[in-house]
Amino acid sequence: MSRQRSVTLAVVLALIATAIGIWLSYVIHWFPVQASTQARNTDRLYHVLVIATIPIFVLVVTVILYSVWQFRMKPGEELKDGPPIHGNTRLEVIWTALPAILLLGMVGYSFVVLAENEKKPAREIDVGVTGQQFVWTYQYPPSVTGGAPINSYKLYLPENESVEFNLRSKDVIHAFWIPAFRIQEDVVPGVVTHWRATPDRLGTYAVVCNLLCGVGHSLMRSTAHVVPEAQFKAWIKSQESTASTSVPGSSAGNASGGASG
Amino acid sequence: MAAKLRAPGFYRAAWMMVLGVAFATGLTWLVRSSTGHATFTHYINQDAILTVSLLAVPLAFLAGIGGFDYWFYWATGRPTRPEDHSGHGAYTWRDYFRINTDHKVIGIQYTVTSFVFLLIGGLIGMLMRAQLAQPGSQFVDANTYNGLFSVHASLLIFLFIIPVFAGLGNYVIPIMIGAPDMAFPRLNALSYWLLPIAGIMMLSSFLAPGGAFADGWTAYTPLSVDAPIGQTFFSVAVQFAGASSIMTALNFLVTIITMRAPGMSFFRLPLLVWANFATSLLVVIATPFIAASQFFILLDRALKFNFFNAGKGGDVLMYQHVFWFYSHPAVYIMMLPGFGIVSEIIAVKSRKPIFGYRMMAFSLLAIVGLGFTVWAHHMFTSGMAAWIRIPMAITTAIIAIPTGIKIFSWLATLWRGVLHLDTPMLFALGFLTTFTLGGISGVMLAMIPFDIHVSATYFIVAHIHYVLFGGSLMTIYAGVYYWFPKMTGRMFDERLGKWHFWTTFVFFNLTFGPMHVLGLQGMPRRVATYAAKFADLNLFISIASFALGLSTLIFVYNIVTSWRGGPRSVANPWRGMTLEWQVPSPPPIFNFDRVPTVVGGPYEYGVPGAVHGIFGPAPATVGAGSSMARAPSQ
Repeated sequence: MSRQRSVTLAVVLALIATAIGIWLSYVIHWFPVQASTQARNTDRLYHVLVIATIPIFVLVVTVILYSVWQFRMKPGEELKDGPPIHGNTRLEVIWTALPAILLLGMVGYSFVVLAENEKKPAREIDVGVTGQQFVWTYQYPPSVTGGAPINSYKLYLPENESVEFNLRSKDVIHAFWIPAFRIQEDVVPGVVTHWRATPDRLGTYAVVCNLLCGVGHSLMRSTAHVVPEAQFKAWIKSQESTASTSVPGSSAGNASGGASG
Repeated sequence: MAAKLRAPGFYRAAWMMVLGVAFATGLTWLVRSSTGHATFTHYINQDAILTVSLLAVPLAFLAGIGGFDYWFYWATGRPTRPEDHSGHGAYTWRDYFRINTDHKVIGIQYTVTSFVFLLIGGLIGMLMRAQLAQPGSQFVDANTYNGLFSVHASLLIFLFIIPVFAGLGNYVIPIMIGAPDMAFPRLNALSYWLLPIAGIMMLSSFLAPGGAFADGWTAYTPLSVDAPIGQTFFSVAVQFAGASSIMTALNFLVTIITMRAPGMSFFRLPLLVWANFATSLLVVIATPFIAASQFFILLDRALKFNFFNAGKGGDVLMYQHVFWFYSHPAVYIMMLPGFGIVSEIIAVKSRKPIFGYRMMAFSLLAIVGLGFTVWAHHMFTSGMAAWIRIPMAITTAIIAIPTGIKIFSWLATLWRGVLHLDTPMLFALGFLTTFTLGGISGVMLAMIPFDIHVSATYFIVAHIHYVLFGGSLMTIYAGVYYWFPKMTGRMFDERLGKWHFWTTFVFFNLTFGPMHVLGLQGMPRRVATYAAKFADLNLFISIASFALGLSTLIFVYNIVTSWRGGPRSVANPWRGMTLEWQVPSPPPIFNFDRVPTVVGGPYEYGVPGAVHGIFGPAPATVGAGSSMARAPSQ
């Protein structure tokens, strides 16, 4: 087979492999369900990244496989050397510039997604999150409850309303992650950290501690309940009036002291 | 008997180590009693004695085996002992178990010791996978599991990848540059002996009350400050491993700069030497930072310094910045020598010069410089000031460019070559594939919103193993097979080598490929159990990992039996042009009977009559001269 033909064959196979790779990246369900606007943005970024990088991987593997196929030492060539090619300036400039442009594009788009994900909207509720070995508790301030602050083991969130979590640690570093929202941030003793998301899908989603915090790290999980606005308000009211669900010693205030009719 | 106890060796080390414990006890009693009962209830405290012992006893051991003898005599003004080189080199197996100043002996000591720790660390990895085969507890509790993954990573990073490259470099570099040994042979010997100390210390933490250090190899504060005494074993062991690494790097730098044979300009250096030169720059600049980070922890633990006590004005995040300022360059320390090995093998096995040699050298230096500007990409979700993420993401993306240049240059070297697809070459080609995948997942991780989702998940574990196993370890295997004939004078079994490659390559991908999916799906790392929906993939991965572990045995069997009784190897089995192939296998005690003169580049394959180094007077024209190092070509 002539060089031109074998190269054409390799290029065609590479294009097919690239297409299959890109198709697979859409068919395989990589992610948990999308439960926030941030999740949609992040997943789109992921697909862009995968589509941008599959051709690079295919290119590398194609050249390796082609070389093994066409340039393998044949019997009789034991003492033969290859041509003394030291370089090719044009090629080297291309393979420096093109990846640089590709990388610039990816980083630029990632910054657009980041800004979009972290933009503070006009309406937003604040929810405090306290991480301690090995349990999550949640604090709803008066601005959310309309009355006394609430301390709860449960996380309820209204649908389609941006929530900013304010994270505090009572002991060591934890990380507050809701995979369905695609956002996490470390919970650091001595500082308050934050992240925001707009849950846009009803349902219950895993909340995971995602930074090694001791022996109970694997079991430090919770659940986020995304419910309609009305149901959220009802839940808040029920928390207010039920003193027995108060959690002692929270940083957002004394819940049992705030119980009122 | 008295002579045995006074002469440098293990007997003297034994009683000096006992003195070390006595010193630790005495010092802690003295300090505690002079501060009084107001500060300490008990003057004899187990943890305090243990902490000081961890520092004092290894130093006593090193003094006992003679690591400091020469400098001690010189510092105390005694007449220095004339060096007759009778202790140089290895004639029996015993010579490998003492202070030995021959770089070839030290190189083998390093390499064999490192592989012992590969086997231990890998075994721990399989214990981890046994635990993770199903949700819930299999046979270890959570604290033990946390200890397992912490020791697994620490051993494989500090006791395998970093030192094995130091060992291969130690053996090969002086010969490649035409030197009889390293610039500082005694320092070289000392740097080796620090290593088993660090490894034994990390392993013995399993015996400490409270168990092994269990906060990951990253040892984030404040968890590590409040941890049981096992944590101190890590913090101190890292100091010894770090000291070893720095001493070797210093030695490499001075050797490469000052001891090159006549005619060997920097741009005639083999790329392995360039790679170790670049790595050594990284080591000497960066390693002190991890030493600092661990000293902060030690001071917080032992003396209540409050560096990381938020309530007393401490800054928890400061630890992470200092730690990652080393630990990011550390990943390049763990990869760049491998790049050098791959360059050597691909050139020789393709019978072609390395494509773009100068850019290959410059890209190594670019990675060194840029490697110091990206550390906070390990901290995108750490809660640090948000603006830092932006420049760090940009620099992280930029560092992909010199790496890409290297990969494309290796591909271009293959192009139109005459490829010898034997075991070293297979590992080099396998490396190109899996390292490219690891690099791609790395580029994805540079994109902040994506990293925010997958940070600290199994996606990261997948990325790490693609670049450290699919990257570094493949190059280490490639280098061991490649220089095995030179180091031992024997040839390994090629069929077993190929079996080793294919089983490793296949089971590696089956083990770590699916981990990308686990991370995206929401499985955190460093967990002893997981949600039920991850069970199927975890079981698959665990089974694949057992097969991967077994495949290592093929390598061990091949190396051991070939070393003991394999067929004798010729001086230059691969027909390479670099200087190490121009001396016998194994080389004579001071490498060269005559100092070579370098007259050309190291990869001039395909040029009839091209020569890299010659062993006679420099000829008037190429082609004349006495014993020539010439690559047969047509």
